[in-house]
Amino acid sequence: MVNYVIRRLMMVPLILFGVTLLIFGMLQFLSPVERSALYVREFPKNERALDALIKQYGLDQPVYVQYWTWLVGHKNPNTGEVNGGILRGDFGYSRTASQPVVDMIKHRFPATVELALWALIPVVTGGVFLGVIAAVNHNKPIDHISRIFGIVGWSFPDFVLGLLLIMIFYAKLGWLPPGRVSDWANQVVMSPEFRNYTQMITVDALLNLRFDVFWDALKHLILPIITLSYLWWALQMRVTRSSMLETLRQDYITTARSKGVAEKTVIRKHALPNALMPVVTLAGGTVLGLLSGVVIVEVIFNYPGIGSAFAAAAVQLDIITVLAFTLLNSLIMVLAYVVIDVLYAYIDPRVRLD
Amino acid sequence: MTHEDTDTLEHIGRKPPNKLEKWLGTETYRALKGLVTNPVSLAGFLLLGMFILVAIFAPVLAPPPFPDDPYTIPRDGYNPVPKPPGTEWGVRPPPLPFWWEPLTGKDNWIHIMGTTSGQWDIYYGVVWGTRTSLFVGLSITAVVAIIGVILGSISAYYGGAVDMILMRVVEVFVAFPFLPAAMTLSAILTPVIGRGLFAPMVAMMFFGWTGFARLVRSDVLSVKQREYVLAAKVIGVRDGRIMFRHILPNAIYPTLVMVSMRIGSYAISFAGLSFLGIGADIGYADWGQLLAFARDWMTQLSTYWYIIIFPGVALVLFVLSWNLVGDALRDILDPRMQGSR
Repeated sequence: MVNYVIRRLMMVPLILFGVTLLIFGMLQFLSPVERSALYVREFPKNERALDALIKQYGLDQPVYVQYWTWLVGHKNPNTGEVNGGILRGDFGYSRTASQPVVDMIKHRFPATVELALWALIPVVTGGVFLGVIAAVNHNKPIDHISRIFGIVGWSFPDFVLGLLLIMIFYAKLGWLPPGRVSDWANQVVMSPEFRNYTQMITVDALLNLRFDVFWDALKHLILPIITLSYLWWALQMRVTRSSMLETLRQDYITTARSKGVAEKTVIRKHALPNALMPVVTLAGGTVLGLLSGVVIVEVIFNYPGIGSAFAAAAVQLDIITVLAFTLLNSLIMVLAYVVIDVLYAYIDPRVRLD
Repeated sequence: MTHEDTDTLEHIGRKPPNKLEKWLGTETYRALKGLVTNPVSLAGFLLLGMFILVAIFAPVLAPPPFPDDPYTIPRDGYNPVPKPPGTEWGVRPPPLPFWWEPLTGKDNWIHIMGTTSGQWDIYYGVVWGTRTSLFVGLSITAVVAIIGVILGSISAYYGGAVDMILMRVVEVFVAFPFLPAAMTLSAILTPVIGRGLFAPMVAMMFFGWTGFARLVRSDVLSVKQREYVLAAKVIGVRDGRIMFRHILPNAIYPTLVMVSMRIGSYAISFAGLSFLGIGADIGYADWGQLLAFARDWMTQLSTYWYIIIFPGVALVLFVLSWNLVGDALRDILDPRMQGSR
């Protein structure tokens, strides 16, 4: 197991190197002037100063020199001040947010993490639950309904469902508003008595014992969570169902039943753990899909996380910001793949022995 | 064929192959037969046929005011308040389709599906958007599938260092979540190749091929092990011929399922990009564009339901049709599923 983990971790730097190459390659589509936003907040208007700026930050140097500068930053030989450098966590200046990209990410990240954490349990368990129910009731009405949900749900674009949910639960019924919190709750959150421990409003509200604020923030999260997770319910439902059906046909299940094990135990203890194997392989795709979904969901529900900032930057062609988000996304992904692979090797011994 | 042969065939419940089956090969024949007898795939084909008809007859269903530029949705003034379905055209109505008067007895053109904010006609957008979706879905999938098949089979057939390098490249690409990555590249390409369909399409192709490459690789790897491939190698058949005549035809079916599913999902992603404001100019006939207009009236969507319902239903049914066909195909091709339906 340790061997497997080490082998797997050794791949990470290689993949990260590839990722930075790809992003740096995309950066080359920009003019040197636009790329100077990696190092300075504002570029001068007159041509002479621009040329000097390009010279100073080596934006006219060969590509490999530029790549190195992009990684480690540019050190001013006179003052010793270092600008830029993605390894230092400096992604340059965001034109759309008029602040350093890092500050914007720091500012917006907690909201997205809050959304993701709340969506985690429904995303992971919802589909499996439906799939088991469908498989246990094979060829009964509930099975047919689940199968229809499986294929129709998978065909339903998240932005269409999000708009429909807003139409029904906000515009029509007025129950679940978009945004992050209501105005009154926002005032409470902003007030000096309210202590922000994590910047995640639901968590902070509980820590401050403001249950009204907690409830308000949660109400704003319900529709985004549904929109984020139903796709994965549909997919996992299908995979769980077919895998469960196959497992239930196995001999050891018949053995368990014939020795008198209760049906509930057969399903939960004997069949489910084995049936879940193919579902775990979906995890990578699910994380990928959630990172995509967050962008759409945050835009539709006007939720102030990194996804909506990313979309705004992309629409206004603020490439420096957009590429910083893309880098962040792929870092999350590379990390997620490692975790998933190790988890999978832990569950299924065949993987680590290969 | 001797009498005994037919006997055994009937014994195991199979009719002797007819002419068509002989000509197509057993596997292809079974797949095609399954597709036309399976109610799920039939429903998919019916829906699909409907969309293709709408796409072909778009100029008849919704005659464009400027035939040179049919993909720009005609608009009826600039009022930000949407108009409900059935409202008459006010400013400069487009030409009346010939079937309108005999069918309804009226000689004035109406907004069949209402208008969005800014008075873009939803009906025109939905009808001409069918062409956009078909074009985008088919062309992206075609390019991506071809790249994937070529790279995947090279990787699997040669193995070793080639395989190692190609698969690491794939791993780099799958570290990018599809939609944000496509948004990024499309935002970068827009100033280079201009606003329009092509920036997002190229971006989606660039990040889309990995799924096909991995699928084809694993299928080719399993077929490669079979003895007839070894036999072909022994008698000195060239690499290319083994690959394209002997291995690929036997490994291609899962790819076909994926093609069908991907056409729908690329249509979704493309509409998603236009929904977010990336891609073609405002007013281009595309379902995602129409849906994006709903964002102007979030608080009153229950009044202006038609902005999301018509393009939304079109998009969902379009994707559903491809998924139904793909789903049926998968069930037919999966031997484990035989007899369980």
